[in-house]
Amino acid sequence: MADTDTVPVDRKSRKSVAFSEGTSVMDADGNISDAVHGEDKTTAEKHTTPPSGDGEVDKMTDMFANMAKKKKKSSKPKTSAIEDGEEAAAAAEGGEFDASTMKKKKKKSSKPKAADDSFEAKLAKAGVEGEDGGSGDANGEVAEQEGDPLAGTGIWAHNTTTPISYPLLLNRFFTLLNQYNPDILSSGSKSYKIPPPQCLREGNKKTIFANIAEICKRMKRSDEHVTQFLFAELGTSGSVDGSKRLVIKGRFQQKQIENVLRRYIVEYVTCKTCRSPDTELNKGENRLYFVTCNSCGSRRSVTAIKSGFTAQIGKRKRMNG
Amino acid sequence: MTTIENLRTIDPFAEADEDTGQVQQSQQYIHIRIQQRNGRKTLTTVQGIPKKFDQKKILKVIKKKFACNGTIVDSPEMGEVIQLQGDQRKDVQEFLTSEEGLGLKVNTIKVHGF
Repeated sequence: MADTDTVPVDRKSRKSVAFSEGTSVMDADGNISDAVHGEDKTTAEKHTTPPSGDGEVDKMTDMFANMAKKKKKSSKPKTSAIEDGEEAAAAAEGGEFDASTMKKKKKKSSKPKAADDSFEAKLAKAGVEGEDGGSGDANGEVAEQEGDPLAGTGIWAHNTTTPISYPLLLNRFFTLLNQYNPDILSSGSKSYKIPPPQCLREGNKKTIFANIAEICKRMKRSDEHVTQFLFAELGTSGSVDGSKRLVIKGRFQQKQIENVLRRYIVEYVTCKTCRSPDTELNKGENRLYFVTCNSCGSRRSVTAIKSGFTAQIGKRKRMNG
Repeated sequence: MTTIENLRTIDPFAEADEDTGQVQQSQQYIHIRIQQRNGRKTLTTVQGIPKKFDQKKILKVIKKKFACNGTIVDSPEMGEVIQLQGDQRKDVQEFLTSEEGLGLKVNTIKVHGF
């Protein structure tokens, strides 16, 4: 363990640099930094979560435990063999992938593997980070944490010489990454987590979207706006019941709602320039809606929600009723 | 200076053109929507097909090709809208973009619904 400890220290300075780059996330280079960033996050998560004391802390602690295991794993590979190192790398890749594809549901399933946990931890951490606004302390700690996986990879590449291996490792990492997840680049690095929509059936013809308030809170959007969008997209109508749940006319499955939500996020939540979900929706002049990004400061107008043509359905029923 | 100015004018204009183009296109978008009816039944509406195409002929081809019934609804706000029985969103989109269909560009079509 003493060896591992020393290695991280060396890494720290480098990592801190990488982290700073990672925060600014850009395409290929950005992704690289991001990857580093992500690993940092996992380690950082440990550090950040306990002090933050958010509602997610419980989850985080679980993650933390898993993370600890994972760390040990990674540390062992450093000393042991190339194959182990590969495993660790693969695990890291998997984690990245999940984060980028913004799997909302994965989190819930949770903990099949240590690797998965790291991913989830990353996701969760991302959420925490968004709330915290990325504190400076986290950076330093993150750098430290990052040292472990990085060291493992470095040793993996050249058995002992760490500095030379790093770019090679990165290359290998990303080639593998792209092989396994071709859509990671297109989807960008979204470490953004939203709880899956909960859909209940009310009677035969209505669907209750139970946690819309929570989801809206996460997205920082008004319930009305999301509701409007949902109705326009689904081509139905509905109402809000006493406990702020949304009652939608028609039968909808969770998957379908989720699809629409995804589209909403792409259109009205994520910043098109930096892809950060940390944005605000404001009414500008002329009744136009503008999305302002909190991380890069860009501002763009978004189209108003139009319901479009809706055919008349159940005319006879209406006449009878 | 002139070159710089030119560059400046070109860049903003290009962006502006794209932006306005998108805004204008939003009216030219072809919207394919779906509506739920009783039970598993659904209705697909295709709105905003360019006027240079004959809706009746399109409908006839679509009806035959996708084995569904359909009508043309003339709504005062949205113009002529093609209504089809069943969930034909994918089919219609393919038809509109394919060569033997209308050969429209994919980015002019918006598919709504779940």
